[in-house]
Formats: sequence, structure tokens, C-alpha cells
Amino acid sequence: MLDMSIAEALAALAAKKISAVELTDAHISAVEALNPRLNAFITITADQARAQARAADAARAVGNAPALSGIPIAMKDLFCTEGVRTTAGSKILEPFIPPYESTVSARLKAAGAVMLGKANLDEFAMGSSNITSAYGAVENPWQRDDGAKLVPGGSSGGSAAAVAARMAMGATGTDTGGSIRQPASFTGIAGIKPTYGRCSRFGIVAFASSLDQAGPMARTVEDCAILLGAMSGFDERDSTSADRPVPDFRAACARGVQGLRIGIPREYRVDGMAPEIETLWQSGIDWLKRAGAEIIDVSLPHTKYGLPVYYIVAPAEASSNLARYDGVRFGARVDGADLIDLYERTRAAGFGAEVKRRIMIGTYVLSAGYYDAYYLRAQKVRALMLRDFNEAFATVDAILTPTAPSAAFAIGEKMDDPVTMYLNDVFTVPSNLAGVPAMSVPAGLDARGLPLGLQVIGRHFDEETVFAVSATLERAAGFTAMPAVRAGASS
Amino acid sequence: MSYTIDGTTGPWELVIGLEVHAQVISKSKLFSGAATDFGSEPNTQVSFVDAGFPGMLPVINRECVAQAVRTGLGLNAQINLVSRFDRKNYFYADLPQGYQISQYEHPIVGMGTIDIELESGETRSIGITRLHLEQDAGKSMHDQHASKSLIDLNRSGVALMEIVSEPDMRTPEEAGAYIRKLRTILRYLGTCDGNMDEGSMRADVNVSVRKAGEAFRTRCEIKNVNSIRFVMQAIEAEARRQVEIWESGGEVTQETRLFDPARGETRSMRSKEDAHDYRYFPEPDLLPLVLDEAWVATLKTELPELPDAKRARLMQDYGISRYESAIFVMEQVTADFFETVATGRDAKQVANWMLGDFFAALNRTGRSIENSPVSAADLGALLDLIKDGTINGKIAKEVLELMVETGEAPGAIVEARGLRQVTDTGAIDAAIDQVIAANPDKLAEYKSGKDKLFGFFVGQVMKAMAGKGNPALVNEALKQKIGAPAA
Repeated sequence: MLDMSIAEALAALAAKKISAVELTDAHISAVEALNPRLNAFITITADQARAQARAADAARAVGNAPALSGIPIAMKDLFCTEGVRTTAGSKILEPFIPPYESTVSARLKAAGAVMLGKANLDEFAMGSSNITSAYGAVENPWQRDDGAKLVPGGSSGGSAAAVAARMAMGATGTDTGGSIRQPASFTGIAGIKPTYGRCSRFGIVAFASSLDQAGPMARTVEDCAILLGAMSGFDERDSTSADRPVPDFRAACARGVQGLRIGIPREYRVDGMAPEIETLWQSGIDWLKRAGAEIIDVSLPHTKYGLPVYYIVAPAEASSNLARYDGVRFGARVDGADLIDLYERTRAAGFGAEVKRRIMIGTYVLSAGYYDAYYLRAQKVRALMLRDFNEAFATVDAILTPTAPSAAFAIGEKMDDPVTMYLNDVFTVPSNLAGVPAMSVPAGLDARGLPLGLQVIGRHFDEETVFAVSATLERAAGFTAMPAVRAGASS
Repeated sequence: MSYTIDGTTGPWELVIGLEVHAQVISKSKLFSGAATDFGSEPNTQVSFVDAGFPGMLPVINRECVAQAVRTGLGLNAQINLVSRFDRKNYFYADLPQGYQISQYEHPIVGMGTIDIELESGETRSIGITRLHLEQDAGKSMHDQHASKSLIDLNRSGVALMEIVSEPDMRTPEEAGAYIRKLRTILRYLGTCDGNMDEGSMRADVNVSVRKAGEAFRTRCEIKNVNSIRFVMQAIEAEARRQVEIWESGGEVTQETRLFDPARGETRSMRSKEDAHDYRYFPEPDLLPLVLDEAWVATLKTELPELPDAKRARLMQDYGISRYESAIFVMEQVTADFFETVATGRDAKQVANWMLGDFFAALNRTGRSIENSPVSAADLGALLDLIKDGTINGKIAKEVLELMVETGEAPGAIVEARGLRQVTDTGAIDAAIDQVIAANPDKLAEYKSGKDKLFGFFVGQVMKAMAGKGNPALVNEALKQKIGAPAA
């Protein structure tokens, strides 16, 4: 039961072969068995999940089963959930129980999804390895030949590990610079960052407002399409959400790529890229060609500025977004001699090192005398990157790249220098900066048995083509490998 | 513009610019649906957006935007069809988000003007630099608890218009006239109630001094002055302070100051070195504010008649003076009251009565025209009683007092108290005879040429008739009896 896809489970539920309670109980057992090791969940909401599952069965019995009725999922702990503690992976929100529900989680709930718990993440979604969480690192359920504990990627590392290890059928993630796609790639699952504005940001703890976007993570492309259909849509409480209809993403998965033009951006062939990734990329090209797509070389000339621009814009917005964590109204407080002392003690104790680093970078780049040289210039380059994509999409329908420059690395590796860590995002940040949709699909294993993903980037609000291309890659790749640590496995 | 401050080195001219913060009249806040009622219990008008909770997002309130556009149109200003919100970042306990959402580089309203009128009758045109929308902060209260400060977030997120003038004013009087005029326009537009004592309008005052013909010297900003009188006092005190510094060989440094009304002086709040670095950047949670030109045009056609236009019309239509008209238009209700009474009546007489006895009676009883015990219809009826000869002008003043006191209609008062004027010549003659008989010596003096005593006899006769004699008939009859005065 735990290996079923969401599509299969929905069919089994509809055919009354299984009940939502059975499905949820099986997943709760998996969470209880594996979470002590993997640490994918910060908060487990088993009782609430069982109640939701019972309600789903009752609803289905009277013929009222919405799109995700009875499907157990993990909720990234960045989505505010009414009455359920929401930490954002930070100590500063340790006691915070929101009195409101984020739009995305509310929509999933309304669609009948069962929330198993709140998934671990890098603190305030700042990281590519899930090691910055104040609630401990998450372990990747995949194992390398040397037995080292691996990171699941980040920041949606708990979501990725939970889905890969069969603790949840799907999960929500958020993606500011690759936080859905990179962990999906590291854990052998699928994940899509939709177009900026597709999902409401209302009730999601903000990292970088102009880049943050919620999206689904699941084991198949189709499952992501099903989840995204329930998560998307206009929300008048988010001024940046798009007032446009939500297409049938699931149907798009079956479209195929016959006649589509797929762009291969030459700037993504970076120095030092693992040869296996180069090979996998070529396989992806061949698969799409064989399925009827036309392959076209394209240029995204400003790609090399992606990381520097991202590491100016995102910290700048974060430095302002995180100012509200001051110990005055909610969350943790450390008292001080006066107001400034209270701020300093609260924030010194409440934030981890990476969050502090980014707040300082962001504060610096917005300072008088530096704003023009950093923030303003970064915004100008960002506009050029958007133009790159628009020009490329004049001649191609989608773009194919690797998701990340490497497979999952071990906890402790790449940790000496933050800049090395930032390089993980080199292929993913451009689509955040441009606001275009991008999906990671599991496509193969490296020599050490670790999963690698390919990334499909589409036009603004054309997730349908992204799903069509991704589903084609998925079928061609025939990725059936499973992580060593998973529910139902003997190890 | 002869106002200068005389120092030991000669006269100094003042240069004044004002930033007025005006609270927008709107049922809900600039970026949330929370209510804006003044005087509510602390922290009862607060949404999670206003309190800066995680994941909360601002959504712009269309009505607040309309109010800013109306104000811009009322100030003859340029309406910017595309404007943008920015974050102004600083930490304070009553600023929940850690930033204020404001408009920095691209305000919703650009250049405009306000014409002000001075005591001398001179008028001056003061430039408006810009008007932008921003959210208010909450309120910190440091005196409610022995060791803690308390925060009231009711104001947090309330929409403010910051209206910035050019440094066009040269005297405290001009600054006062500017604020009064601005307040009148805002009240006409219904975009701000202008109550400075409730804090819904407050001013930051920029002051510098210079010798005639010089370029601007360094200015200081006096923050949060909350009455027109204090604005004028603060300007004078600050200008004198600066003159003293310059004349003693010092240099005025740019800084933010506070006005202490008790001491009548300004004192330093923070220097330029301590000034916050607000790290402004475009608010990523909001799209640029794009206005539809047709919508702006509709708002323009819906604007009420504004004070300057109304004053010109009152002068034209009713033949009253510029001065009278200026007083009536200061408040819309006063102008409406005047027009109601003056329609179909002698407007000049209406103006005299309103500016004289009527306003005096209101002042004495602590009432204003909004809660006047005398309606426009009743004041009109009183003037009609004079016109048709039912009462004379002197009795009318008494009747007005009684109207103010009792709220009764003038006709009822006249009837109930028998105040009708006496036109019976027999009664008048009898009263004259009585007065003559009682004052033989005065009569003799009058006859011997002391013409001024004619007035004495008029007064005595009126007094004998309890004021109710028809003055024209009394005069006529007296002339018959004692002869007309020679002059």
C-alpha cells in the first residue's frame, strides 16, 4: 500500500479496495518507525490525521469525495496551520501556534488531503541541505556506497525524505532558489516549482517574497500534477497571486512531446560538472528526441549572474521579512534591559548562523551607499535574465537542464564554505528569478547508486507543457530504484 | 512679507516647508480589513496583518487609494497613474512588521498648489511637492505599568497621506494659513477629518533661516507638532535659535528636533549621524499601483465644490464681501447654512446677522454651527419678521437670544412674549408725551439747539415702550412733537 502512487491510491479508494483510515494508519506507522532515524517531521499530527481519514471515508461513503480525499501528505513546516505549531525550522518560532491557516494548506484540506505532520526544513527555508534546521538535520533515505549519512537537499528536505521513504504519499514544498527541485533530485522523487503567482503565498512564512513559491513533491509527475491542481488558484489575500484559471495539469501529463521544441541552454554546461550528470542530460535529450520532440540549442546569456543576483535579492528581502521576529508579539522572547537589548538577545538566541548570515548580507546590500551597487544592479540583471528566458521561449516550448550539479552529499561535506553550498542552486535559481515554472524529474542513478534529476523549465503559466515533457522523461527513464531506508523495506 | 527676525547682524528671513500627515477617512486600514475607529479599546482594531504575524500579506484598500486621488485632485496636483510602494525598515516595538509600507520614489500624487490668504488680504501660492500613501504605526505607552511599556496596535496599518510642501513659506503666519487651508480642503473632500487634537492630522516642520537673497542654509526638522498654534510657535522659536547660532559664529547642523510647548523651545531628538538608515526597497508583496485613467476622471467629476470656488461663487451670487465669503467657506456647513438662509433674502443682511449676533451667541454658548440650537430655517424666519415689520431690529436681537436659549421658533417667541412692535400712533404719542413731561430741562436744552438730545428722546420713548416701538414711526412722531433736529 505504501508504494502506491497518489493516482493509484485514489483509484483504490474509489473502488473501495482500501479505506482512507487504512491508508493513513499505514503511513502513520511508517512515520513512527522511520522518523526517529530520518527526522523528516518536526511535528507529527497522528490524531488529527486519523480524524481526517475517518472524515474522508465518511464523505466518500455518501458519494462526496473531493480530489484528494483520504491521501496522506506531509506539510512543510513553513505553511501556517491553524492550531498546529509552525516553526519554520527556527527556534524563534518554537512556541508559535498560528491562529490561521495558509491558503495552500487550506485548499489541500478542503480537497480531502490528510495531514500527517509538519515536515522539517532548513531554518526559514534558507539552505540546500536541511542542516540549518533548529530541529536537527534530516537524513536522506538513500545510502551511498561508503555508508555516509547523506543530506536530503533543502530547504524542503523533510518533505523530500518523507515522500522518498514512503512516510507520505506527497508533500508540500516551497521553492525560493531550488528548495523543491534540488531535494527532489537528491531523493529520487518529482517536484515542481510552479509559475510565481500560481499558488497563494498567504500564510506561508516568508523568506524572499519576490521568489517564494509553493509547489508539490511526490513520487510521480502525475501525482505532482494532481497535488498542484488542488494547491493552485487566485487568492485575493495575496496581491501577487495570479487571477487566472487553473488548467487540468493531470491531463497534460498524457500529452506527450510530439512536435514540441526543447531548448538546451549552452550556459548550463558548467565547469566541473560531474560526467554522470552530463551523460544523464544527454540521455534526456535522446529520450525527448525519440518521443518526437525537436531539440534546439538556445542561449541564456546571463545565467552566470544567477547566483550572485539571487544571493543579493533573496537576503535583501529576507532581512526585511525577518524583522518581525522581534520577541514582542509572538514566538520566543529573551528579555533584556531595554527594547534594543530585548531585540538583540531574542534574535541572537532565536536565529541560527545561516539565517544571521543572510540577514547581515541583506542588510548590507540595502544600506545607504550600497543599494545602487548591489540591490539595484541585481534587479537590473534579474530583468535581463527574464529577457533571456522570454527570448528563448520565442523559439522553444520548454528547456531541459540538469537539476543540480551533483548527487546528494554527506552531512558534513561542503560545509566549510557557505559559497560552496550556494553552488548547489546554480541550475535552479534562474527560474525563480524569472518566475517561470520548473520541475525536477528523477532520471537515473550515479555510479554510487544515488538518484539524479533532470529539470524541465517552461513558459510563464505553462505548467502543462512542463508536465507533458516531465512525464515523457519519466516514462523513458523508467526510474524504479528505491531508497535503502523506506517503509516496508527490511533494512 | 515683511516678517524677519532681527539679529545683531541685521534681518533674517525664514524658509519653511511642511510635511503634513493626514489620516485617511476610511472604514478599514490601508492594507487590511481591520476597522479604524478612534478611541476604541486598545488592540481591538487589529488584524493579523496589522500585527505582522508570519505569512500575513498586505492587500491594498481601494477606498484609501480613491481618497488619495481625490485629495490630489483637490490640490490641483498631478495624479501618477503608476506608483509604487516601498518598505521603510526600522525596528520599534510599535512597528510590528519591522518596516513601514510607504511610497518613496514613486508617490501616487505629484506637484500641486495651495493658495493661502493672509491677514493683510494678500494671497500666496504654496507649492505641493508630492502626496504619498503610507501606513501608520501603533502606539507605545510608557506610563501604564511600573516596569513595562504597553503597545496599542489599533493605529497600526491605518492609512496616512503624507503631504509635502515646497519650502515656499516665509512666516509663521503663512505656515498657519497653509495648514488651515489644507485642513479645510481635506474636510471638503471628506478625505481627512483634520482633527489635530485626535492626531488625525500632524505636521513635521522644516525650518531654516537666511539673509535676503541667499541660497538655502541648513534646515532642521521639528517632528510631530500637533496644533497650528504650536506649529507657529515652534517655527519662531527654532528660527531664533538658528539666528543665534549663525550670529555667534556657529553652524546649524541638520537634525530632527522636538518642540516643547511648555518651554516654548525646540530640542534635539537625533542628529544626522544617528539618523536611521531606512534601507528602502520596493515592497515585494505588492504589485505597482496602476490607476485607470477613466476611474480618476470619474473621481474628478464627483469632487465637491472646493473652498476657493465656493468663495468666488458666494461673492458673485450673493454680493457679499471677500472677507465675509472667506469666513463662510472655512467650514462647509457654515457655507451651507449661509446659503440656506440667504436664498430669497437680503444676503448682505444675512451675512451681517450671521457674522454678528448669531456667531457671537454660538461662541458664548460654546456651540458650533453643526450643533446650533438655531436652524437655518429659524434664523431666516427671524429675518422675515424684521422685514415684514412684525418686530424691530432691537427686539430681533432679543428674540435671537431666546431662540439660542430655548431652541424655539422666532414666531412662537414673539407671540408668547408679546414682542410685536407697536405701530399704533396713539400709543406712540402717549409715550412721547410722558417722556416730555418727565424731562422738561432736557427739552429746553434741545430747543436751545442741543440737537444731539434728539437721540436721547428716541431712546427714552423706546424704553417707555419696552423697546417695541416701530423706530421709524417713533422718529416721525417725535419730530412732530419737538421739532426735527437742525442737522
